[in-house]
Amino acid sequence: MDKNPHPPIEDDSSSSSSGTSRRGFLTQVAVAGAGLTLTPLLTGAKEILPGAPPGPAQTSTVTLTVNGQKHTLNMDERTSLLDALRENLAMPGTKKGCDHGQCGACTVLVNGRRINSCLTFAVMHQGDEITTIEGLAKGDELHPMQAAFLKHDAFQCGYCTPGQICSAVGLINEGHARTDADIHELMSGNICRCGAYQNIVAAIKEVKNV
Amino acid sequence: MNEIVGKPIDRVDGRLKVTGKATYSAEYFPKNMVYGVLVLSTIAKGRIKNIDSRQAERVPGFVGIMSYKNSMSLHFPQGADPGAGKFAEKDLLPMQNNRIYYDGQAVAVVMAETFEQAEHAASLVKIDYEIEKPTVGLEGNLSSKYKPAAGMGGAQIQAMRGDADAALHSSEVKFEQTYTTPVYHHNAMEPHATIAEWTGDNLMVYDATQSVTGVRSLLSAMLGAPSDKINVVALFIGGGFGSKGFTWPNTILTAMAAKQINRPVKLVLSRQQMFTTAGRRSQTIQKISFGATSAGKLTSTKHETISESSFVDEYVETAGLATNMLYSCPNVEVSHSLVRLNRVTPCPTRAPGEAPGTFALEVAMDELAYQLKMDPVQLRLVNYADTDEGKSKQFSSKNLKECYRRGAEAIGWAQRNPQVGSMREGDYLVGYGMATATYPANRSPSSAKAILYADGHAEIMCATQDIGTGTYTIMTQAAADIFGLPVEKVQVKLGNSAYPKGANSGGSQVTASVGPAIRAAAVGVLEKLKKMAISDNASPLHGHKEENIFASDGRIHLKDNADKGETYTQLLNRQGLQKVEALAKTNVSNRQQTESNPAAKGTAEASAEEESKTNPAVQEDEHVDRKPYSFHSFGAQFVRVLVDPLLNRVKVDRAVSVMDIGKVMNLKLATNQIMGGMIFGIGMALLEETAYDPNNGRVVTRDLAQYLVPVNADMPQLEVQFIDIPDPIISPIGARGIGEIGITGITAAINNAIYHATGKRVRDLPVTLDKLI
Repeated sequence: MDKNPHPPIEDDSSSSSSGTSRRGFLTQVAVAGAGLTLTPLLTGAKEILPGAPPGPAQTSTVTLTVNGQKHTLNMDERTSLLDALRENLAMPGTKKGCDHGQCGACTVLVNGRRINSCLTFAVMHQGDEITTIEGLAKGDELHPMQAAFLKHDAFQCGYCTPGQICSAVGLINEGHARTDADIHELMSGNICRCGAYQNIVAAIKEVKNV
Repeated sequence: MNEIVGKPIDRVDGRLKVTGKATYSAEYFPKNMVYGVLVLSTIAKGRIKNIDSRQAERVPGFVGIMSYKNSMSLHFPQGADPGAGKFAEKDLLPMQNNRIYYDGQAVAVVMAETFEQAEHAASLVKIDYEIEKPTVGLEGNLSSKYKPAAGMGGAQIQAMRGDADAALHSSEVKFEQTYTTPVYHHNAMEPHATIAEWTGDNLMVYDATQSVTGVRSLLSAMLGAPSDKINVVALFIGGGFGSKGFTWPNTILTAMAAKQINRPVKLVLSRQQMFTTAGRRSQTIQKISFGATSAGKLTSTKHETISESSFVDEYVETAGLATNMLYSCPNVEVSHSLVRLNRVTPCPTRAPGEAPGTFALEVAMDELAYQLKMDPVQLRLVNYADTDEGKSKQFSSKNLKECYRRGAEAIGWAQRNPQVGSMREGDYLVGYGMATATYPANRSPSSAKAILYADGHAEIMCATQDIGTGTYTIMTQAAADIFGLPVEKVQVKLGNSAYPKGANSGGSQVTASVGPAIRAAAVGVLEKLKKMAISDNASPLHGHKEENIFASDGRIHLKDNADKGETYTQLLNRQGLQKVEALAKTNVSNRQQTESNPAAKGTAEASAEEESKTNPAVQEDEHVDRKPYSFHSFGAQFVRVLVDPLLNRVKVDRAVSVMDIGKVMNLKLATNQIMGGMIFGIGMALLEETAYDPNNGRVVTRDLAQYLVPVNADMPQLEVQFIDIPDPIISPIGARGIGEIGITGITAAINNAIYHATGKRVRDLPVTLDKLI
């Protein structure tokens, strides 16, 4: 079982239980036309009626620019940017810790600003420049923040680390952090349960002062 | 020879972690994989009357649903040895019948082509229940408490020496108080995740676990599948803290679901689900009584703990065990009782027992010190235990007095005005507090394989795990020293059940257990190389004695003439060998047990046992008589808090830990571990608490916005020091564990500092500001 992502574009081979292939299903949705896509709320409302079938999920084609590379995806509109990265694009460097914007593990940079990728839909990011942990290093040369995290041992298990590093890069871009207390406060959206906070702050200070 | 061990080198897996290339269990993409989402019970007790999945089945992409109605039958696993795999709830195999024992119990798995579809379909599954009245709340159910026969793995949990009641009755000074701790949740950052794929009878499982071999044996036992056809992999684990030590339903269910639909299934718990299906720390009520002389010498100590477990397994939070050995006292009674509640079963949580136990004991010691008008450090010195009086054994190594001394100096204890409420800094009240930290040093059987390749690099394989503690790194250091190779030339491979069985990542035992096995395996390879060279006419070492041959810089050479020798590459190339490998098994703590129950013939473990009979490192290790010794780590923790007198907001300002944990394998990583423990303790002391609805028994605080864990802004200035004296008895490595001890003591130290600052003693954790009004 190697790391073989399922293809980003719809796959003929995977069929739903009703016997409709995914491509076939998407075509039906497209043919069904604008009426359906314009009334998601109405469709949603019907779903909760007893006995009524759930409405078909809405899909859209979106081009995401991730670490400078364009990816065109036809995807469920409910897909968060986080899940689009992890599951649809098979780039699991960005982590899911809570899926509710409460832990920061999913932090990525969108047009240079740090955001929780679990709190935003992928389809909202057509045309945005998305930078993930996989896009920070230049080949073998680590981004200064990555190098500082490594040097200061600013992690243990490493699961919050991609989010911490993206957040730290965003923090420096923002230019607000002047004191240690500022760094503590402005990095408080990124939980490290292993408790490497002191080292995280040391790493950020090193990069900030260069 | 001991050159790299001890050095503060960067983590060997650090580059993978900072580039997002470390692969965790949810991050594999087998072809044709579907997404599974758990459906949990919304009642705490009763029966499922009906599961209506008609709506769910209409969701596009729906693949299947598994519940007790159509799931495969499971076998009860045999034995309760955590090293052999422990299913968390022995009386509740998942989805075997319609009974509900707690809120958030796994009742169905819904599978669909995409995660979004699976989530949507799972939300449409309608379950009707026959609701029964659950047993809710520890305080209201104390009348049902009972004394369990034993703790985990048959541990002795009731202890008595002398007559604590009589001594208390006749003592000059008496003290008695009750302390309470709430349910805590581990909340490792990586949610529990499993991917299972069957290929014929072969089962491949990626699982977020602290024990790959444990999961393999459980899957084998519960599914009735041959163990040698199951492979469990956990290369990187996003923290565990005990929650991934036992195996929870999600792992078994993923394998069952994959079998049912004959496709690979990925199932990841949501953060909310982790509050009811992946363990927790038990709530405790602890009563401590002391009798003492007016000079502070303890004459009687009693520690009575009531904790709670579920109706489907018995897990005891052994809070009183440390009380049996931490101080010198002739009359001691330690007892543990359990109450059964309709909650998920508790499990080990960072420093199980000791974390809540030292909170109660060390706050009580502080209270006694104030009652006696004595310095809290002095009280501990007066009652210093030179031996383990509970076991009547000597300690393998104990340097706790030095910890007190250095800790006091680092925090500026001498400058503290002992008068309560007397110190200020600006608008803030200032408080100083201290406590003793302790955790047992465990060691269990481990085996490992070492391979030296002709190109001069070495590989180590061991089925233990690195859960963030640094095992990859320190094992690389240990092996590099034996081989005389730089760390870049040594690759340590862990987290795969196909490797020789290593210790599970719990109980702070990995370094002490796995380290000696890896070291011995490397020694085994060197022995083979030496023999080859000695009998090889063309070798400069031909005819020399084994004991005169050393290894360093990628060569074997004469001890007193380093020039006379050859590189590993030269030797292996001449011998026409690609590699030389050795297996070793070190087995100290359970020697007896394993001799009567040797590993199954033909297994890697059996080969390791056989090879170990002639391995000098194993033989030397096994030769040490450890029976007369008690193994514990110790430490002293000191904190300075600032309390805002208007808002009662507590800020931990500084915290110092001085730890006696034997040999420090890597100062950088060890310091990080202790700091992490201290921060866990800050959460325990001030923030964390799982609340249950008092009526229906459901968890109320089921996300990270309601269950507060420490964030960067909660962090004090932390200082960590180590005594760094190798433990001469526990193993040739000399290191005791380090993962747990950081959280013991600190909670009490914070509490004691708050008392010093404010004069308010809060005996119920966490110390939230409402309790200081």
